[in-house]
Amino acid sequence: MTAVQEQGTPMGYGSMRRKEDARFVRGKGLYIDDVRLRGMLHGAVLRSPYAHARILSVDVTAAEAHPKVRAVITGETLLDRGMAWMPTLSGDQQAVLATDKVRFQGQEVAFVVADDRYAARDALELIDVEYEPLPAVMDARRALDDGAPLIRDDLAGRQPGPAGNHVFDWDAGDAARTEEIFARADVTIAEDLLYPRVHPAPLETCGAVADFDTISGKLTMWSTSQAPHAHRLLYSLAAGIPEHKIRVISPDIGGGFGNKVPIYPGYLCAVIGSIICGRPVKWVEDRSENLMSTSFARDYHMHGEIAATRDGKILAVRVHVLADHGAFNGAAQPTKFPAGFFGVFTGSYDLEAAYCHVTGVYTNKAPGGVAYSCSFRITEAVYLVERMVDMLAFELDADPAELRMKNLLRPDQFPYTCATGWVYDSGDYARTLQLALDKAGYAELRREQAARRERGELMGIGISFFTEAVGAGPRKHMDILGLGMADGCELRVHPTGSAVLRISVQTQGQGHETTFAQIVAEELGISPDDIDVVHGDTDQTPFGLGTYGSRSTPVSGAAAAVVARRVREKARIVAAAMLEVSAGDLDWEKGRWFVRGDPDHGRTIAEIALAAHSDLDLPEGVEGHLDASCVYNPPNLTYPCGAYICVVDVDPGTGKVSVRRFVAVDDCGVRINPMIVEGQIHGGLADGVGMALMEVIAFDAGGNCLGGSFMDYLLPTAEECPSWELGETVTPSPHHPIGAKGVGESATVGSPPAVVNAVMDALRPFGVRHADMPLTPAQVWCAIQGRPLRTDLAIT
Amino acid sequence: MQVPSHVEYERATSVEHALELLARFGPESRVLAGGHSLIPMMKLRLAQPERLIDINGISGLSRIAMEGDELRIGALVRHAQLLDSAVAGEHFPVLHDAERVIADPIVRNWGTIGGSLCQADPSEDLSAVFGAIRATAVIQGRDGARAVPVREFHLGPYETVVAPDELLTELRVPIRPGGGSAYEKVARRVGDWSVAAAGAVIWLDPASGTPTVSEAGIGLAAVGAGHFVAGEAEDFLRGQPVSDEMFARAGQIAAEHCTPSADQRGPVDYKRHLTGELTTRALRRAAARACGQEA
Amino acid sequence: MTVNGAEYTRDVEPRMLLIHFLRDELELTGSHWGCDTSNCGACVIWLDGAPLKSCTALAAMAGGRDIRTVEGLERDGELDVVQQGFIACHGLQCGFCTPGMMMTARWLLDRIPDPADAEIREAISGQICRCTGYENIVRSVRWAAAHSRGAAGPDGSGAHEVTV
Repeated sequence: MTAVQEQGTPMGYGSMRRKEDARFVRGKGLYIDDVRLRGMLHGAVLRSPYAHARILSVDVTAAEAHPKVRAVITGETLLDRGMAWMPTLSGDQQAVLATDKVRFQGQEVAFVVADDRYAARDALELIDVEYEPLPAVMDARRALDDGAPLIRDDLAGRQPGPAGNHVFDWDAGDAARTEEIFARADVTIAEDLLYPRVHPAPLETCGAVADFDTISGKLTMWSTSQAPHAHRLLYSLAAGIPEHKIRVISPDIGGGFGNKVPIYPGYLCAVIGSIICGRPVKWVEDRSENLMSTSFARDYHMHGEIAATRDGKILAVRVHVLADHGAFNGAAQPTKFPAGFFGVFTGSYDLEAAYCHVTGVYTNKAPGGVAYSCSFRITEAVYLVERMVDMLAFELDADPAELRMKNLLRPDQFPYTCATGWVYDSGDYARTLQLALDKAGYAELRREQAARRERGELMGIGISFFTEAVGAGPRKHMDILGLGMADGCELRVHPTGSAVLRISVQTQGQGHETTFAQIVAEELGISPDDIDVVHGDTDQTPFGLGTYGSRSTPVSGAAAAVVARRVREKARIVAAAMLEVSAGDLDWEKGRWFVRGDPDHGRTIAEIALAAHSDLDLPEGVEGHLDASCVYNPPNLTYPCGAYICVVDVDPGTGKVSVRRFVAVDDCGVRINPMIVEGQIHGGLADGVGMALMEVIAFDAGGNCLGGSFMDYLLPTAEECPSWELGETVTPSPHHPIGAKGVGESATVGSPPAVVNAVMDALRPFGVRHADMPLTPAQVWCAIQGRPLRTDLAIT
Repeated sequence: MQVPSHVEYERATSVEHALELLARFGPESRVLAGGHSLIPMMKLRLAQPERLIDINGISGLSRIAMEGDELRIGALVRHAQLLDSAVAGEHFPVLHDAERVIADPIVRNWGTIGGSLCQADPSEDLSAVFGAIRATAVIQGRDGARAVPVREFHLGPYETVVAPDELLTELRVPIRPGGGSAYEKVARRVGDWSVAAAGAVIWLDPASGTPTVSEAGIGLAAVGAGHFVAGEAEDFLRGQPVSDEMFARAGQIAAEHCTPSADQRGPVDYKRHLTGELTTRALRRAAARACGQEA
Repeated sequence: MTVNGAEYTRDVEPRMLLIHFLRDELELTGSHWGCDTSNCGACVIWLDGAPLKSCTALAAMAGGRDIRTVEGLERDGELDVVQQGFIACHGLQCGFCTPGMMMTARWLLDRIPDPADAEIREAISGQICRCTGYENIVRSVRWAAAHSRGAAGPDGSGAHEVTV
């Protein structure tokens, strides 16, 4: 456990208490539903009960007649304004309010603006929509069948038939070479694995307060947005308002996890409502709306294969994926990567070849796909490879730890170009895995397992070793809707020596107000308490692509270090002028420049700041003040890794799994605030328990979403989670200015396979090789019977 | 968050007052106790009563006490209160076993025994428990009180014998010495409804040698058991010598006679298996407690 | 009703939920809501001294009764030891579940001054956190227990104040 300093604030890196906590523990955070503006109205969305239906008529007369209703907006209203459809982050179009058809249960059909939230809700019942239900595509594996109903007849040229619901094909790696290897390998294994549809479910749902000033034409958009600048641009395109007249403010956000990256129809409806009514309009969704209509995650149907030698040298991995994208392709990932960064399914091993092919399809479900801390599909990639490796161990009757040790990349192989072209920056994998094994007491656990098996008790030990690729990303390769993923940063030191850092990323609980101050503190020697970190307001911060994909530290953190170093260099020049020496004669110790060899002669940053604002004579070409800005274009992603070990006990009579222990050793390079890093990891580990054991959004044949509330979409509580045991190794990123790698999603990526591997290990005596998540008691029992359930569809 | 439709609100100051209000305002009025069954339904607009009669202020409905050879539990007793009650736990550990796994600690502060029974969810643990221990429900109407065995209390899912103008006021459980009881439940996660659950109470004939079962009560939740009990399994056990095989057989019989439905908690065959497994486990623990072998 | 020691009288629709009354009528926005089905616990406050999921009660039911919310934890400018513990042990990240967690923690410590980890986990088992994985919430409550007035800290120190 990392000790938290009880006195003082570190001058830079270290575990320090968070500055933002002061308001949160007093209940004084400002979340979207706390925002109240003068004259504010409330919006509510009417949603489709059908997964697929033609809209015959929409009658809003009764709703409009409600004494507290100020406006009712329908698809027709929006068609007239050219706003019925909006672009998605994947270059598709999504209905803002349905016009011709509804294409998923929960799709937006109408929007009511009323005096208060209760009246808005009442008014929804007064809207009369006539639907003609249509056959729905609820099984992704049937989406490309001959007779599959056509979902996207709004897209030109689409015909019913095998191509009608096709979204994309994408592949990576060397198919021919991979096939050669599979053809002659001693051992090959194939398995179907489903990473079910799950949902990030942040505790705070999505919402917005749109405030359009009819006099100035300026839109102020308060919203739960992980990417305020990107949203500003999108609103400009969708609503036709010039970008300089849009201000997006993300106040405190109660968790994002990728759920708050897209723009949702409700936000746009709030904007339109505000324009029509001339008053602010607040729209905050219910939990059922959140689960049924906002960005889901995963839903990858994978056919995985692994080839190896008889003595356990892994040669190749191959995977075919059917990706269920829902009714609109709203997945949020860099443009050239329709399957995100799934290409790192090559994992942490030295493969001779690899190949993947991903086919995306439409179904009558909500749009999304990239969310829930997936690092752009790396959750899917790591699950695939770590399950295949465990299944290989199963087939070879090999120890899963030894098998991994035999195949992990070695330090001398870095930077390592994997079989699909990704350049892993650094890692000492064997050391990380060994530390995890030692912490877990692996040998002792295996002895205990053997003893328990003799008694018919089921105990499982599951290992997961993951390589992540985060910090998107280099501009020439990575853009979102054409916006290069480079982020700006500005640092300004005030005359009296305190400072303000303006960043482009957007915390949703990651502690940026503290950690970014610490980065500057480390570089400049200004206390984190004296550095104000400004974020979340497009009027006050530089352009950037926001926080998701664990990119804040790799990109914006790098930018903060860069601007701090530029300020430090500027300070050197000012100090030289103050001391009347040449800049080259000065050395730095944290907080001051001093004359080399004469340490008593120096100037502190505070003194320099004051002087920089004074009438001090500065060299030719050097401007006054003490500030700097930059746009940081990362040269590469960063590659954190980790070794996770999960211990479970399974009750064979009931199928109930309890997670006894979870050891997590992470390597995210240099840690700015170890306390915060550990907190991020703790949170992600709980995600793994949740997804592995209880979370799923399934659908029945009639099109009904079976995960539309927290009674059905189960999230782990403190009782299902063990006390997490953490460790660390540190292999700095060679290209990152402070050697840091992102970590926010590592645990969510690495933990589900550890838990699933543990359960499968526990079921070994029954010869169970694989069963899909979630491993509920029913699923475990069915797996023991040799008939695991298909979990994306309703249990019948 | 979803919100209820319009409703009127009254506070009842006594049982008589509550009954008078229920009569006056008719079947579109609903009793409001803890509200933890009713208010969620109102928020989802699955229930849209015209009027709520808040009975939380009625004194005398929240007692747990022994009277003669009966344990009496007031309908307004909160789940947390029942879980905390030494006298209830002493006589029927099954009550504590069950309460420990009903909902969550916060909900247990406010949800009431009466509210849960009257909600009559097919997965309601207390329906199974009170069925197992053969409790009697006391229902007040304007013409007086009537006693209905809990085994006759439920008419179907979400339907009980309590008429719109009546009020459940108390549960009475007969005490017999020498018994043991236990509850076994499997849920996908803490706080979830049961996938299946079994409560057992057993009295052993204190004869020398192998004890025999003099009386047994087996309650089942969430598996479509008639009146939440496994009558056939109870009949089988009566007079049988205590043994693992007997309890396993009783579990099988209970499993054969329930009618679980497939849903996201599991397919029918799993739930049937679980019914048998949990019945057996509950019986074993109940018997161990009856013999003083387990706390 | 009394809220954090102050008397309030309002006319509201009977259907108004207690959480909305506190947030929208009294502008005590420290308590939050996060679901539709009484599962998440972001709305936990105290009613007559016991934690309640305030989304599952009508404001009318609380008439004449006593309510305490997160805004009432701080007394005379001094943070409650539970609040101090959450800061000291990084028991919060996004802060959305935190008020509810702290209200439950405060109630737990009032009844069980030195709870075991299992008791802490059980006490908060009706509340969801998406950020912390619960580990630091448990540590925060342990810290608060150890640092409560009159209790010696693990290093022998007495009550320890955290100011932020």
